[in-house]
Amino acid sequence: MRELLSGNEAVARGAYEAGVKMAVGYPGTPSTEILETLAMRYRSVYSQWSPNEKVAYEVGIGASIGGGRALVTMKHVGLNVAADPFMTHAYTGVNAGFVVITADDPEMHSSQNEQDNRIFARFAQVPLLEPSNSQEAKDMVVTAYEISEIFDTPVMVRLTTRVSHSKGIVTLGEVTEGPDKKFIKDPAKYVMIPSNARGRHAVVRGRLQLLKRFAEDTPLNIVECNGSKLGIITGGISYQYAKEVLPDADYLKLGFSYPLPMKKIADFIASHEQVIVVEELEPFYEDQIKAAGFHIEGKKYFGAQGELSPIRVAEGLKEAGFIDEIPLALIPHQEGMFPRPPVLCPGCPHRGAFMALKKLGVAVAGDIGCYTLGVMQPLNALDTCICMGASIGNAIGMEKVKGSKKGTVAVIGDSTFLHSGVTGLMDAVYNHSNVTIIILDNRATAMTGGQQHPATGKTLMGDDAHEIDIPSLCKALGVKNYREVDAYDYEQMLTTIKEEIEREEPSVIHTSRPCVLMPKRIMDEPYVVDLELCNGCSACFRIACPAIVASKETNEHGRPKAEIDVTLCTGCSLCAQICPTEAIILQSKFVPEGV
Amino acid sequence: MAGENSYDILIVGVGGQGVLLASELISDVAMNAGMDVKKSEVHGMSQRGGIVSSHVRIGPVVYSPTIEHGQADILMAFEQAEGLRALDWMKKDGVAIVSTTRLVPSIVTSSKEFNYPHDPIATMRKNAEHVIAVDADKIAMELGNPRLVNTILLGVMTNYLPFEIGLWQDAIKRRVKERFIDINLKALDRGRQIKLSKVEV
Repeated sequence: MRELLSGNEAVARGAYEAGVKMAVGYPGTPSTEILETLAMRYRSVYSQWSPNEKVAYEVGIGASIGGGRALVTMKHVGLNVAADPFMTHAYTGVNAGFVVITADDPEMHSSQNEQDNRIFARFAQVPLLEPSNSQEAKDMVVTAYEISEIFDTPVMVRLTTRVSHSKGIVTLGEVTEGPDKKFIKDPAKYVMIPSNARGRHAVVRGRLQLLKRFAEDTPLNIVECNGSKLGIITGGISYQYAKEVLPDADYLKLGFSYPLPMKKIADFIASHEQVIVVEELEPFYEDQIKAAGFHIEGKKYFGAQGELSPIRVAEGLKEAGFIDEIPLALIPHQEGMFPRPPVLCPGCPHRGAFMALKKLGVAVAGDIGCYTLGVMQPLNALDTCICMGASIGNAIGMEKVKGSKKGTVAVIGDSTFLHSGVTGLMDAVYNHSNVTIIILDNRATAMTGGQQHPATGKTLMGDDAHEIDIPSLCKALGVKNYREVDAYDYEQMLTTIKEEIEREEPSVIHTSRPCVLMPKRIMDEPYVVDLELCNGCSACFRIACPAIVASKETNEHGRPKAEIDVTLCTGCSLCAQICPTEAIILQSKFVPEGV
Repeated sequence: MAGENSYDILIVGVGGQGVLLASELISDVAMNAGMDVKKSEVHGMSQRGGIVSSHVRIGPVVYSPTIEHGQADILMAFEQAEGLRALDWMKKDGVAIVSTTRLVPSIVTSSKEFNYPHDPIATMRKNAEHVIAVDADKIAMELGNPRLVNTILLGVMTNYLPFEIGLWQDAIKRRVKERFIDINLKALDRGRQIKLSKVEV
């Protein structure tokens, strides 16, 4: 059976074939579809979203100790959150097999940094696998479970955006049951008090020696001989780019890339006149190979920032003197094009808060989610965005040193609040901060596609669940000033924020209109523009609603009047509320002239 | 860098226009025709009204999942300014299939800094030999559903790929909800009537 699968779908398939009992993670581009695929297509694998990556990782450890193979998924920065259990998990090792997927995002298509998590594998001394396409993603996940159980170690499988989100043809394998393991009490292995951990660290060092030997022999590290004088050492997606440019060079393709097969590398270098390392982001192979005493180059020609591509690889190989010509684009690049940045959707319940915050000119600590788009023109309403849950802590610090005289606000979404904002709010109350925290609750993990979280009342597999009551949670933490605001009532939003920033105590403003896209699409009666009343002031253009477009009619200064695309308008009414000439009215109330 | 019997296709549009469904259909057809195929796109931020692009590469063996500037054999654009923006991805003698759809973003309407190009399709024609402009919105309305633009453009594309029409129809039957199958098959056929040599709509 052959299927066209994305790298993420292939990982899910691999887990299914390996008889995984528990799959757990937190949504994050480009990793999200792994668990979604399991929950949709391979329902014999129990899968769940946990509130954050740390909890997910810990749940996975538990599943493994309990005797079931475990898959834990996250984006690269998610592993920062889960780093605490990850680093010590290397010491305890596993019972049933354990695989952690890190989906890195070179080029930062949808991320705040482009850290190279291969370094994390070396840091924790955990074996690392790097698939270069969907077939390998599936196959390597299956192999990773065997490695995990043979060597008693967690295994990291590192994807990148182009592996996760590219589709390719995959030949499916047989579905197996996985090993039959039981929980066995073994405190010397699983209870990491110092006296036990010292012993386990020695085990980690010994295991690394065994893994080094394994790396030399595993078919995951392949030498491709085409009789070329040039040898290329590469792995992951970079292999595909290099093959695209030089299909006939010799290759050492590293699928098992920590610990490196240093003897194999030495033999490859010895048998080629010239050797070059092609890898994306950090000089992970290069530094280790150089440290082993070999004179090779890589980053000098390919750079350590952003995604590679066939053309970047070709340019590097040209600079290194291995190719002469690079095919060029013959059609010139179109200069002076307008940008088309992502924007908040028509009817997005976050829009009103940013309109108000922009008007008030306060300092706004932001967070990770759709509302990060509040930084874009023309809303321009965010001042920070660091990582999941950072907004509240950032605001506390800014406010303590009186960074903004106009007031300090944190904005955070519901899923992010539950991920790691709750502890920030605890800090605000406990340490007498005066910050105002706006919880933009749209009842979904919206940016990644509307995944469930502990306050949505649904689980990943579709079961009903207890809905965490965010107001009660805030009150339990000691928040005295708690305000509910209708996200579609601009005046109420503006007045409430103004009142709360003036208060010498922490406050929480909670908005609870649902996302207009998920779980169900909201389309209320649309609004239209009465062009007789519209004076082209462009106030409505500045709220950045994609449904508000320029009319062909202009005002006396030649500026366009507004028009509303009724197929996009959801009827949220925010534009009507701020229109100074009351030209925006419900479609049913609009009587065109002459009727 | 596609070789013989290989096709590099770039599909561009704006979030929500059905770019990803179109690339799924093409990949499906190529796989069922016995070719190797890879397709690549970026999810996440780009879905929120931003630019969406999908790379589809077909051939005997495909390595890189992404196309390079100047290498696309076919450029399919669901919005005319996006067609112009992506034109340098196409080979000089490639075929551009462009919907006359215009979507002007708020960043243009709310500032004096940016302008929507005067006539994107005319500029495309100055730079490339084969540009097929299709009033797909109008055809979609005639067929009774504005969401058929992507299928109409796919219909045009069937003329430039070596796959039997039956494979395209099968792909639609597999990927489209049952009550929309007939209308999508009609849209595919309407698109297929449009060829470079004919008078353009």
